[in-house]
Amino acid sequence: MPESRQPVNVRSSQPLGQAPCGFRGRVDAIEVPVATTGLPAWEIESRLIELGFVEGAHVEILHEGAFGRDPIAVRVNHATIALRRREAMAIFATADRPA
Amino acid sequence: MSSATASAWHLALVGTPNSGKTALFNALTGSRQKVANYPGVTVERKAGLLQTPAGRSVNLIDLPGTYSLRGRSPDEEITRDVVLGRVASESTPDLLLCVADATNLRLSLRLVIELKRVGRPLVLVLNMFDIAQRRGVRIDLDRLSAELGIPVVTAVAVRRDGTQQLLGRMDEIADSRLGAPGENTWQPPTPADLRAAQREADRIIAVAVSMPAKPDTLTTRADAVLLHPVAGLIILLALLFVMFQAVFSWAQPLMELISSGFAALGLAAHDLLPPGLLQSFIQNGVISGVGSVLVFLPQILILFLFILLLEDLGYMARAAFLMDRIMGSAGLHGRAFIPLLSSFACAIPGIMATRVIDNRRDRLTTILVAPLMTCSARIPVYTLIISAFIPAQHIWGFVSLQGLVMFGLYAAGIASALGVSFLAKHFLWQEHETPPFMLELPDYKLPRPRAIAMGLYTRAKMFLHRAGTTIFSMMVLIWFLASFPRPPEGATDPAINYSLAAMIGHALEPVLAPVGFNWQINVALIPGMAAREVAVAALGTVYAIEGGKEAAEQIGQALANKWSLATALAVLVWYIFAPQCASTLAVIRRETGSWKWMAVTFGYMLALAYAASFITFHVAVALGAG
Repeated sequence: MPESRQPVNVRSSQPLGQAPCGFRGRVDAIEVPVATTGLPAWEIESRLIELGFVEGAHVEILHEGAFGRDPIAVRVNHATIALRRREAMAIFATADRPA
Repeated sequence: MSSATASAWHLALVGTPNSGKTALFNALTGSRQKVANYPGVTVERKAGLLQTPAGRSVNLIDLPGTYSLRGRSPDEEITRDVVLGRVASESTPDLLLCVADATNLRLSLRLVIELKRVGRPLVLVLNMFDIAQRRGVRIDLDRLSAELGIPVVTAVAVRRDGTQQLLGRMDEIADSRLGAPGENTWQPPTPADLRAAQREADRIIAVAVSMPAKPDTLTTRADAVLLHPVAGLIILLALLFVMFQAVFSWAQPLMELISSGFAALGLAAHDLLPPGLLQSFIQNGVISGVGSVLVFLPQILILFLFILLLEDLGYMARAAFLMDRIMGSAGLHGRAFIPLLSSFACAIPGIMATRVIDNRRDRLTTILVAPLMTCSARIPVYTLIISAFIPAQHIWGFVSLQGLVMFGLYAAGIASALGVSFLAKHFLWQEHETPPFMLELPDYKLPRPRAIAMGLYTRAKMFLHRAGTTIFSMMVLIWFLASFPRPPEGATDPAINYSLAAMIGHALEPVLAPVGFNWQINVALIPGMAAREVAVAALGTVYAIEGGKEAAEQIGQALANKWSLATALAVLVWYIFAPQCASTLAVIRRETGSWKWMAVTFGYMLALAYAASFITFHVAVALGAG
């Protein structure tokens, strides 16, 4: 139900880096944890946004690699982006409710 | 307002990767284009000329693809600096053409919003408009133009008349107030700026574009197989196997044709000219020098045919996706896979193919290790020595010992390449950050023959022109070393024994004796610099055996009599690592744009070769093979 969405979102939000293949949902936040990668957090954040990961975007994990289920291919609105799960940990999304 | 008509008008193409920008550039300029480098950097500068319907001459430059003007790589910095008019050698563009894939506008619109702040006249070009219409993407052009505040033009780069509307609009814009520059308020965008711009882009898409309910079903279905964790890898390997085979075997007849053609030409020159220096220079220096470069052309063209087809199809990004984890464990980028595989045929096309790797650091690592892959030029040397020294027997009844040694040489090359890239990742690049792997996987598109032909033509021209000049001059130098000074009157030994090459060979004796090399080997190493397989012929010359290909067996016998097994093994191991190819070094110098990386490659390979041969020789001697 749309009216109850906001608070539910915040609680049920999960990092896309941990989501299984086939996960569908909506991005709630891009929050890069400090010092997970070599690049500064704002740089990772900028790159994710440049590839279309912004709050409100619809995401779906389409494919994953053979080793360590990494990297993943994510449908972001109407484009497909490949990235590693490590970077995808910065993308928080809430799963769509089953129709 | 139309004061620009007097001199040429400067236009720049900007766009995200996969926007079809280069296809549009090719369609607009045709063959009237020039590829060079920007001064001081190894970024490719593509410029061309065209004429608008009103007769205005236009200088068009194709800027490297980028998602924003933040300038994260040397390529992207060039795009930023040209757009902002900061490059001294470039005119500030009079008009920016922002190219977007009409089927996938989201990221391009964010770039347009950022570009507007630069204040240069700007037009959005919706490329691949035909595909968008076929897929059911509905774009309200007037609304889009009104929301963005800039003219919007459609184009189909691959169709002959697909750029008419764009050309027509260029004139209109040049004559109107739209062609007047405004104020530049661009600042490097913060994450908040990027976020706001993307939201604005999404808002505009919501009002001006209606996307089909279902995504491109063909791509979805193809990816279900091609990106499948198991099937995808198997298909990739099969594809690479075909590619490897093609580079190896399809090129063979052509390569033989070229080399026998040049041999015949050399003989003709030999017969035509009086014996002496000029004859030797023309035959051995000029003709065989040019021939040894041209002979690589078929392999390069076949390899690039595959690469361009796969790139155009949209598969290359997927190959990188599939290989990322495997290559990543050795410190290599997923995209390094194809260049490294090509290096089994020849390191030259392999190194040229590293252009698909956009990160400079990853590209350099790949270039550094590419020559360690066993190229086809090493095969004659390997087979000669193996057949002379390794008994033709089977172990366990079915494994050929000779084949096993050959396999071992290949495996040693691969293992050392992985080792070197691992070390480079941990030591050479220590102070640099690991770049994250983030890549758009574009929808599949049918490759366009015209674009492929254009790409092949450009590669061939580039290889022949620029590598040709460097490689050729090295060939002449090697000829000089092997020919001067001339043998004295009545000399009985082969001429090369009196040359500078022989002097160097003797001078190197104290250095190379510890690895088991005699001076004859040292002498053969010098013409072997031209191309590794030449070393075989040179050994024949030094041991005064009448030449020709059929002499290979005799050379083998002579070597078996004169070398110890330990020496033979040391030579084999030397050839795994030794930077024994002037052409490869010349290409490294050209592709990296610096002597430094050529020297680094030469130095580390020489050190590896020396150390490995030293160990091999002494272990073999200790085991009684001396």
